[in-house]
Amino acid sequence: MARTVTTHRKILTTLLAWAVGLLIFFPIFWIIVLSFKSEGDAIKTPIQVLLSAWSFDNYATVQERSDYFKHFSNSVLISLGSTFLGILIAVPAAWSMAFVPSKRTRGILMWMLSTKMLPAVGVLYPIYIGFIRLGLLDTRLGLVLILMLINLPIIVWMLYTYFKEIPVEILEAARMDGARLREELLYVLTPMAIPGIASTILLNVILAWNEAFWTLNLTAAKAAPLTAFIASYSSPEGLFYAKLSAASVMAIAPILIMGWFSQKQLVRGLTFGAVK
Amino acid sequence: MGQIHLDKVSKCFGDVEVIPPLDLEIEDGEFVVFVGPSGCGKSTLLRLIAGLEDVSGGQVLIDGHDATTISPAKRGLAMVFQSYALYPHMSVRKNIAFPLRMAGLDKTEQDKRVVQAADVLNLTDYLDRRPGQLSGGQRQRVAIGRAIVREPAAFLFDEPLSNLDAALRVGMRLEISELHKRLATTMIYVTHDQVEAMTMADKIVVLNAGVVEQVGSPLELYHQPCNTFVAGFIGSPKMNLVQGEEAASYNATTIGIRPEHVMISKDNGLWKGTVGVSEHLGSDTFFHVKCDAFSAPLTVRASGAVELDYGASVFLSPDTSKLHRFDQTGQRLS
Amino acid sequence: MATQHSRSAARLMMAPAVILLLGWMLLPLTMTLVLSFKKYLPLRGGDLGWVGFDNYVRFVSSSAFWPAVTTTLIVVGGVLIITVALGVLLALLLDQPMWGQGIVRILVIAPFFVMPTVSGLVWKNMFMDPVNGFFAHLSKAFGAEPIQWLSQASLPSLIMIISWQWLPFATLILLTAIQSLDSEQVEAAEMDGAGAISRFRFIVLPHLARAMTVVVLIQTIFLLSVFAEIFVTTAGAFGTKTLTYLIFQRVLESQNVGLGSAGGVYAIILANLVALFLMRVVGKNLDA
Repeated sequence: MARTVTTHRKILTTLLAWAVGLLIFFPIFWIIVLSFKSEGDAIKTPIQVLLSAWSFDNYATVQERSDYFKHFSNSVLISLGSTFLGILIAVPAAWSMAFVPSKRTRGILMWMLSTKMLPAVGVLYPIYIGFIRLGLLDTRLGLVLILMLINLPIIVWMLYTYFKEIPVEILEAARMDGARLREELLYVLTPMAIPGIASTILLNVILAWNEAFWTLNLTAAKAAPLTAFIASYSSPEGLFYAKLSAASVMAIAPILIMGWFSQKQLVRGLTFGAVK
Repeated sequence: MGQIHLDKVSKCFGDVEVIPPLDLEIEDGEFVVFVGPSGCGKSTLLRLIAGLEDVSGGQVLIDGHDATTISPAKRGLAMVFQSYALYPHMSVRKNIAFPLRMAGLDKTEQDKRVVQAADVLNLTDYLDRRPGQLSGGQRQRVAIGRAIVREPAAFLFDEPLSNLDAALRVGMRLEISELHKRLATTMIYVTHDQVEAMTMADKIVVLNAGVVEQVGSPLELYHQPCNTFVAGFIGSPKMNLVQGEEAASYNATTIGIRPEHVMISKDNGLWKGTVGVSEHLGSDTFFHVKCDAFSAPLTVRASGAVELDYGASVFLSPDTSKLHRFDQTGQRLS
Repeated sequence: MATQHSRSAARLMMAPAVILLLGWMLLPLTMTLVLSFKKYLPLRGGDLGWVGFDNYVRFVSSSAFWPAVTTTLIVVGGVLIITVALGVLLALLLDQPMWGQGIVRILVIAPFFVMPTVSGLVWKNMFMDPVNGFFAHLSKAFGAEPIQWLSQASLPSLIMIISWQWLPFATLILLTAIQSLDSEQVEAAEMDGAGAISRFRFIVLPHLARAMTVVVLIQTIFLLSVFAEIFVTTAGAFGTKTLTYLIFQRVLESQNVGLGSAGGVYAIILANLVALFLMRVVGKNLDA
C-alpha cells in the first residue's frame, strides 16, 4: 500500500472529492446561510442572499413564536429516554446471547431482527387505537415506549456484536478468580463493553431523534418532538424561509455533531454487523 | 493441600461423547501434564476440573470433598489461560489484585501480596502499566502472578506457552518449573507439545480422543510406552514404527525403534538402504534412510561428526535390546 | 460452553427483551389481521361485521392500487440505482489518497443525519419552489423557464430528495467494504498484469458484492416505508402516493380501517419477502 502517488494525481482527486463533498453538503450549508437572513432577503437571488445583512433574529423569533424549546426538550427526552430504556433491557439479553449461546440463540436473534422489518403502517391503526385507550396519545411516555420497541432489535444486535468481541476466556478468568455473576458483570464485562455500549447509545439516539412516522402520527401539540414541529411548516403562511431555516438548523445541529462522531458505528449498527 | 481425584468423569456435548468415563488420581504437590494431539479432550478435561464446564457424569473430588457442583469461584483453584485473559482495562497491579479483591481481603494485605508476587516474577517495574503495553512474556508473567497471589490448592495451565516465540518459551518453561519447585503446589498443565510434557512433568497423562492412553513419569513413557500411540507421540524425533515381515520375525505386528537406537554404517548391518534428507543440528545429525525392507523411511540419529551424502548406500542395525514390540491392537508385548 | 447455572441465569435475563418484542409484534399484528376481515368505519358506524376477503379484493381492485404499486416500485428502484451507482463511485473516490479526506467524508455523510421532515421541507421550499427556490433562481439566471419541480416532475423530485438522504449510507458502507479489501490481493493482481479497470472489475467489484447486497436490502426495507418525505412535500398528490402512503390515507384520513388493514397485511407480506433475503445475508455472517 505504501506507494508514492504522484502529486499531480493527488491534486486532481482532492479537487474532485472536495467538489463532490461540497455539492452534497450544499443544501445544509444553504439553510445555515438563510437562517441568518431576514425573510425579505431570503427569497432574493442567491448572490443577493449572500451579500445581504446577517443577523440572529430568526433564532429568537422561532423560539418566541412557536415555543421551540418545548419541542426540543421533547426530542431530547424521547430519544434519550427510549434509548436508555432500550439499553437497560438489551444489555442482559445481549450478554446472555453472546456468552451463554444455546441452540436457539441464532433463531432468537434473527427473529428479533425480523420484528424491525415490520412495516409501521401495517400496524398503525391498532397502535393508534391502543394509544387512545391507554391515554398515551400525544404523550412523551407513549413515544418513549414505541421508539424503544422499534429500536430494541438494533440495540440488542449492536450490543451482541460488540460483546461477541470480548474473549470468553476473560470472563472465565474472572470466574476462576472468585468473581460471582454480579461482580463479573460489574467489574469485568461492563468496563470492557463501555465503548460498545456508548456507540450503541449514540446511534440509537440519532435514530430516535430522526424517527418520523410514529412521531408524526401519534403526537399533536403537547408531546410533538422536532420532527413533528418542523412538519408544521409544510402549510406556511407568509414569508417563512428564514425562520424554517433557523428551526431546521437547530433541529439537525445536535444530531449532525453526534453523527460525525459515530461514523464507524453507524455502518456496523445499520448493517447488523454484516459489514464492519 | 491440592489432591484431585476424578471418579468416572465424563463429558458429552449434545450427542457427542468427548470424554468417556475416566478415572485419574493427582497427588498433592505433583506437576501433572495432560498431553495429546489437538482435539483429544485435554483442555475440556482441565475445564471440567476448573468447573468452567459441567461434568456429564462422575465426580470431581478436591482434597477428598465432592466439588462436582461447586462453582469455579469456590473451588480454590487458579487458572492461567492460553490467551492470558488479562483484564485489559486494569493495570498490572489491579489485575494481580483482582482475585484478592474478590476474596474481600483488605487493601494493605492486597498490596503486600501483589508486591511479593511482582517481586518473584520480575514485574515490579511494570505494576502501573496496562496489559496492552506489555510484551507477550510479561503478560504471561502477569497471568501467573494473578494465579499465585490466591495461594490456590492447585494451578491449572491451559497451553500457557503456545502464544510465545520459541526462545521465550524455553525460558518460561524453566520459570514455571522453578515456581513449582519453590511453591510445591499441585500444578496441572495442558499442552500439545510433548517436549514441554517431558521436560516439566512429574507425571504425564497421554490423552487421545478423550481416552487416557497412559499415565506415568516421563521416563516410564519414554522407555515403556504401553501402545503404539504413546510410542509415536512421546519422543522427538518420533520413534520408527514398522510393520510387515521384519516385525513378524520378532513375533509382533508392529515393532518400534527410536532413532538413537539404530546404528548407521557404510559397510555392514542388518538392513540395507540409501540416505535421503539429512538434518544437521550440530551435535547430532538425523538421517532419513530409505530401506529396502520397509515402505516408510527410518529416522536415524548419529553423531554430528558422521557425514553421508544424499543417495549414499548405508546399512542400519537396530539395538535389539531396545526394540519395542506391539500386537495387532497396538498394545505393548513384553 | 457453559454451566447449568449460567444457562438458567441467561434465560432469565433474555426474558424481558423477548417478551416485549413478542407482545409488540403479536398484539398489533393480530388486530390488523382481524380488522382486515371486517367492515370497520370508526366515524361511520364502527364495526359493521365480518366481510371475509372483501377488503383484500377491494384494496387491490381500487383505482388507486396499481398506480401506488408503480409509484412505489419507481421510487424504490430509482433511489436504489442512484445511491448504489453513485455510492460505488464516491467510495472509490474517497478511498484515494487526498488532502482533507476526513473533512470530505464528513461533508458527504452529513445528509444522513438530517431528519426526514427537515430535508423534505428544505428541498421543497428552498430549492424546488418554482418562484423563490434556488433552482428557480438558477434557471432564471440562464434565461430558462423555472421547472415546477414537485407538480410537473414530482417523482424525479421525490427520488432526488430521498437519494440525497440515502447516498451517504450507501457510500459509507461501500467505503468501509473497500477499505477492508486485502491490499495484497490487489497487489497480486497487479503482479499478474491486471490494469486498473481489470482490477476493479475482477477484484474490487466482487469484493463489494456482499456490501452492495446489504445496502440494497436494508435500503429497500426503509424505502418501502418512506413516509415523512411525502407527507411534507406533496402529501400524496401528483402521483407520489406510494403503497405506504395509500394505506396511511385509508386508515387515518378516510378512516376506512378494514380496507387499510388489508393493505397493511399486503405491506407486511411484501416487507417479509425482502426481509427473508436480508436475513440470509446477515445470518451467514452470524456463523463467522
